[in-house]
Amino acid sequence: MEGCNLAEIISVEHLAYTYPGVEDAPGVPVFSDLNLKIEEGSFVAILGTNGCGKSTLAKHFNSILLPSGGKVYVCGIDTSNEGRIMSVRRNVGMVFQNPDNQIVANVVEEDVAFGPENLGIASPEIRNRVDRALKQVDMYEYRTHSPSLLSGGQKQRIAIAGVIAMEPKCIVLDEPTAMLDPRGRQEVMDTITRLNQEKKITVVLITHHMDEAARCQRVVVLNKGVVAADGTPQEVFSQVPLLHALGLAAPETVELCWALNQQGFDLPLDRLDPAACAQAIFHEVTV
Amino acid sequence: MLRDITLGQYFPGNSPIHRLDPRTKLIVLVVYIVTLFLAQSWISYGILFLFLAFTIRISTIPLKAIVKGMKPLVMILLFTGILNLFFTREGEVLVSFWGLVITVDGVQRAILMMARILMLITCTFLLTYTTSPIALTDGLESLMGPLKKIGVPVHELSMMMCIALRFIPTLIEETDKIMCAQKARGADFENGSLMERAKALIPILVPLFVSAFRRADELATAMECRCYQGGQGRTKMKILRYHRNDMTAFGIGAALAAVVVVLGSFGL
Repeated sequence: MEGCNLAEIISVEHLAYTYPGVEDAPGVPVFSDLNLKIEEGSFVAILGTNGCGKSTLAKHFNSILLPSGGKVYVCGIDTSNEGRIMSVRRNVGMVFQNPDNQIVANVVEEDVAFGPENLGIASPEIRNRVDRALKQVDMYEYRTHSPSLLSGGQKQRIAIAGVIAMEPKCIVLDEPTAMLDPRGRQEVMDTITRLNQEKKITVVLITHHMDEAARCQRVVVLNKGVVAADGTPQEVFSQVPLLHALGLAAPETVELCWALNQQGFDLPLDRLDPAACAQAIFHEVTV
Repeated sequence: MLRDITLGQYFPGNSPIHRLDPRTKLIVLVVYIVTLFLAQSWISYGILFLFLAFTIRISTIPLKAIVKGMKPLVMILLFTGILNLFFTREGEVLVSFWGLVITVDGVQRAILMMARILMLITCTFLLTYTTSPIALTDGLESLMGPLKKIGVPVHELSMMMCIALRFIPTLIEETDKIMCAQKARGADFENGSLMERAKALIPILVPLFVSAFRRADELATAMECRCYQGGQGRTKMKILRYHRNDMTAFGIGAALAAVVVVLGSFGL
């Protein structure tokens, strides 16, 4: 296994990327100079409107796309170094939006085994890892089922198990809850939060849902290929006018407080939890 | 309506037949089919039938499932039976009408032919019913292993088969969805001439293909992310191993073939 004791697990330096144009059409530039560092063990949300480059950035973390300028380092390894692609990919696992399109086998445990099998791990160890991964996502009792009979949230948890069976240092999730119902979303969010807290796996969550981002330790807002805001959820979400200007919204509690402030109240904008928000409003009204 | 396709369905279970190595099942199946074509007499057919009945019995597959799987094949079965019945000219004439002749030999041959096809289908069903698709592709990959030496991409073929099997339910669901969407916008799949109905299928096939290609692209990316780089250096979670049961199965299969061949040499 690749040694990886750096504080920054992913480091993006002056990244530039342009989607190549077809025939004579000019390419589409996405990034011109993007800098971002993600610390090991952190839980980071990346927010932004459609087309701001979130998914493109995620694909750079895994050598699926290579920078046209600048560098991306994963555990200190340059992602454009072709000889090290496998080291990069076994350190950074990816989970995509559509669970149906990332499940390879038609038995749950065989699918989870796919990654470790590719890494050439010995059979008994694969068995151990598969069982452990399935227990971590709470899907162990479904191990002999066919994925086509599971719900969206369950399928997505299988996809996560398939990634953690490779024992990566970091998981990048590209809108993993976009196709799920509220219950499925809850299941997936609980699973990744637990993996981050208990297994110390770095999680990078690309999302459209502000309430999901509010559960992270750090929120990065991308706009037109540059970092528009970066900080704790409280710091980022309290900048309500900025978020609105970027076409985003703050979590509902902050939006409520902000709307009330427009009416002359003086409420804090960093209450992400409904109870804390209610408390603040109560305090404001009674005092 | 598209959902009740039983072809290639797997019934999970833990019977001695389920536990056999997929390679054993494949080899014994091939031996059985060859023997079925070597069998000439009622006695040989009887023995082969008893073997099949015995296997079904210990496989714990409900007979109903096998019968249900037969349904789409009734036409072929009837066709074979009728052809053999009317086109056999040898033997004692039983009935003759409108210039058609039914002979005793014809009746016999029709029954034997139908029995042969029935047993052929049943034994292949038994394989797919008792073997998970993954085990089946693993078995095929392992049996075809020697072909790698002459450049046959065995791993790629078995991977393709595995993915195809995995996506059958997904694509069926998708077809259903597209058909509903087209119906909601006034498409008519049930009425009209054959030509019109065939034309009505185009608006289903086009989106289905587009989405299948998109899926393929996403799946390829996801597989790459999980470090897939072909069969080289790949290991398996489940390694196929022959057990004592497999030896017994091979023994029974060989004995069956030998008995039928010996009986055949005596003209029975």
